[in-house]
Amino acid sequence: MAILSGAQITMEVLVKEGVEHIFGYPGGAIMPIYDAMLDYNIHHVLTRHEQGAAHAADGYARASGKVGVAMATSGPGATNLVTGIATAMLDSSPIVCITGQVPSQVIGTDAFQETDVTGVTLPITKHNYLVTEIEELADTLREAFYIARSGRKGPVLVDIAKDVQNEKIEFEWIDKPVKLPGYRPDMSADQKTFQEAADLINNSERPIILAGQGVIASGAMTELLKFVERTKIPLSMTLLGLGGFPASHPLNLGMMGMHGEAWVNTAIQEADLLLAFGMRFDDRVTGNLANYAKHAKKIHIEIDPTEVDKNVKVDVAIVGDLREMLEKLTPYTNEGNREEWISAIEAHRGDSAVRDIKHMPDMGHLYAAHVIHDIWRLTDGDALVVTDVGQHQMWETQYYHHDTPRSLVTSGGLGTMGFALPAAMGAKLSCPDKEVWVICGDGGFQMTAAELTTLAQENIDLNVAIINNGYLGMVRQWQEFFYDGRYSATPMLSPDFVKLAEAHHATGIQVSQREDVETAVRKAQTTPGAVVIDFVVEQEDSVYPMVATGADLDDMIRRPKPEIEW
Amino acid sequence: MIHTIIAYVEDKPGVLNRVASLFRRRGFNIESLAVGHTNMAGISRMTIMVNAEEENLAKRIEANLYKLVNVLRVDDLTHKSPVSRELALIKVNADSKTRSEIVQIADIFRANIVDTASQTLILEISGSAEKITRLLQMLEPFKIVEVQRTGVIAIQRGDDQDSSDPPIFETQ
Repeated sequence: MAILSGAQITMEVLVKEGVEHIFGYPGGAIMPIYDAMLDYNIHHVLTRHEQGAAHAADGYARASGKVGVAMATSGPGATNLVTGIATAMLDSSPIVCITGQVPSQVIGTDAFQETDVTGVTLPITKHNYLVTEIEELADTLREAFYIARSGRKGPVLVDIAKDVQNEKIEFEWIDKPVKLPGYRPDMSADQKTFQEAADLINNSERPIILAGQGVIASGAMTELLKFVERTKIPLSMTLLGLGGFPASHPLNLGMMGMHGEAWVNTAIQEADLLLAFGMRFDDRVTGNLANYAKHAKKIHIEIDPTEVDKNVKVDVAIVGDLREMLEKLTPYTNEGNREEWISAIEAHRGDSAVRDIKHMPDMGHLYAAHVIHDIWRLTDGDALVVTDVGQHQMWETQYYHHDTPRSLVTSGGLGTMGFALPAAMGAKLSCPDKEVWVICGDGGFQMTAAELTTLAQENIDLNVAIINNGYLGMVRQWQEFFYDGRYSATPMLSPDFVKLAEAHHATGIQVSQREDVETAVRKAQTTPGAVVIDFVVEQEDSVYPMVATGADLDDMIRRPKPEIEW
Repeated sequence: MIHTIIAYVEDKPGVLNRVASLFRRRGFNIESLAVGHTNMAGISRMTIMVNAEEENLAKRIEANLYKLVNVLRVDDLTHKSPVSRELALIKVNADSKTRSEIVQIADIFRANIVDTASQTLILEISGSAEKITRLLQMLEPFKIVEVQRTGVIAIQRGDDQDSSDPPIFETQ
């Protein structure tokens, strides 16, 4: 048995938990752990802001399915993590944040850089801990990892008092299961419920699957494919579900919701049965709840019992891990034939195709949709795309088609601008062989652009496509639609992104014509290190279709049909 | 309707805060909350009275409580006819003219006089929340100086323990 400090014990547990990278920023109250870190084979990435560290850990987790780790000092270091933690919370992303805290003797005295971090993060973590006793340190850290990655995944924060980091005790790693009597991540449904669900499925004529992130989180891709191919039920996806089912599959209708495909939203409203698989009926996918899928019975398979009946009352709820539940449910279902229903849905596609900007000539303009569609084509649809939040994010979902899970990393629930660049850094480190593209807006990019230097310091090879329209585009679009076009605080001056990239040891390219897109993308693909492409796009284009807040799901603002034939 | 929800929780710092924060964050309306140690080491028991008009809301509250790592077991006793009691201490103005009338009222309510001073009395009463409210109404004309109510505590009648599934684990 060795005598170890709390700092060393922390590192020992991280090694045992399989941690390869820590994203963080040192400071007074976490210095003992940073000192111990030098003696362990874990790579530390020094982000330029703690928010970047939390997003990077989150991106790492989303791209790999493993737990991401962020580290910061007390006070401002810890509070800078907050946005990243809330982002991970809303999207059920497994991260562990380790923060230093002032010595336990002075906790509560407003000591230098003291913040009640467990208090601050209580509503935005799955669970959190303050460690003031070294005897509890190792078990607490193990529990943190276990809670983060089990059940409905999420962020866990461990705040470690500095004296605990310095104190030494005899320590031996014992491989024992984590003991948490109040934590039950594995509730599961009984046989009777499967029969009830299957009866609804077998008797339905117009069923539709709503597939969410639970498909990816539980690894239910194969089970879902089997279910769909057996029952022939068409499927739609939430933003975070994209990639969980191949976009190219004929029964995959596409994304639902506020900026979902028109035929998908219409199909949901016309359905007689919704099968919600690992999704939570967020307001962005339901529209007006009072008129949401009024004729449909609802089956909800969900790992988190608190989501059942939260927004939408369901007829059958199956609580459990989606992969296991689908495996059990499928044998109860009949092989289906839904051709009539499917052709009714497909009939709506024609009208959408006429309005689709993809099919319209650019007439010398550069459209974001065209840029993103070109990136999809030039990356063979095989890149890992990390988006920011706003118009470009919605265009990404419409024009970059994801066939594989974890190929899209995006902030859904919290809608965090500034997420993309640091998250991509984490994503790339977890999948070094993947081609990684950041797609972001000019606004969001500027929020965390300082991480470009981190990329250089770490020799991280990724490409950034800034969809630069000179506006905070999504807010501008709302102002155009709902505030009489009064553009309050949305026009935005940007720096020279090419020079900015070069100043951060990256390569910068500017593109303003469609014909230059391919050359720029190809150059980015072959240039080592970070490449930033500033796509100067049409300034006042909007994302269509759009379901206004509070409107019914099939009440969509559509892109006008082109006036001229070509 | 008012639901009587029992939560067994680990006796750790911050657990009350987690429960209170959950109710605040989700907009669940707490009528009263009482907490104390149990006969099991390291386990406290909370009685939470909560107003859950909406259908299924009580179930969702239960599920949300379960989700807290430090919550060991949750029971909704509302439809299990629990024994429910609240304790209150009431200091009321009482001079030589009104004292005997107040003592009579206390007798009717089976309240105890636990302190007497020249100008005030302190009454101790236990019973249902409604009973205490009625006593307070009766005492109002005499001018109430101070009231402390504990919030309702409840326990299920009969030989059955609330339910055995899921069981409470001994911590440590």
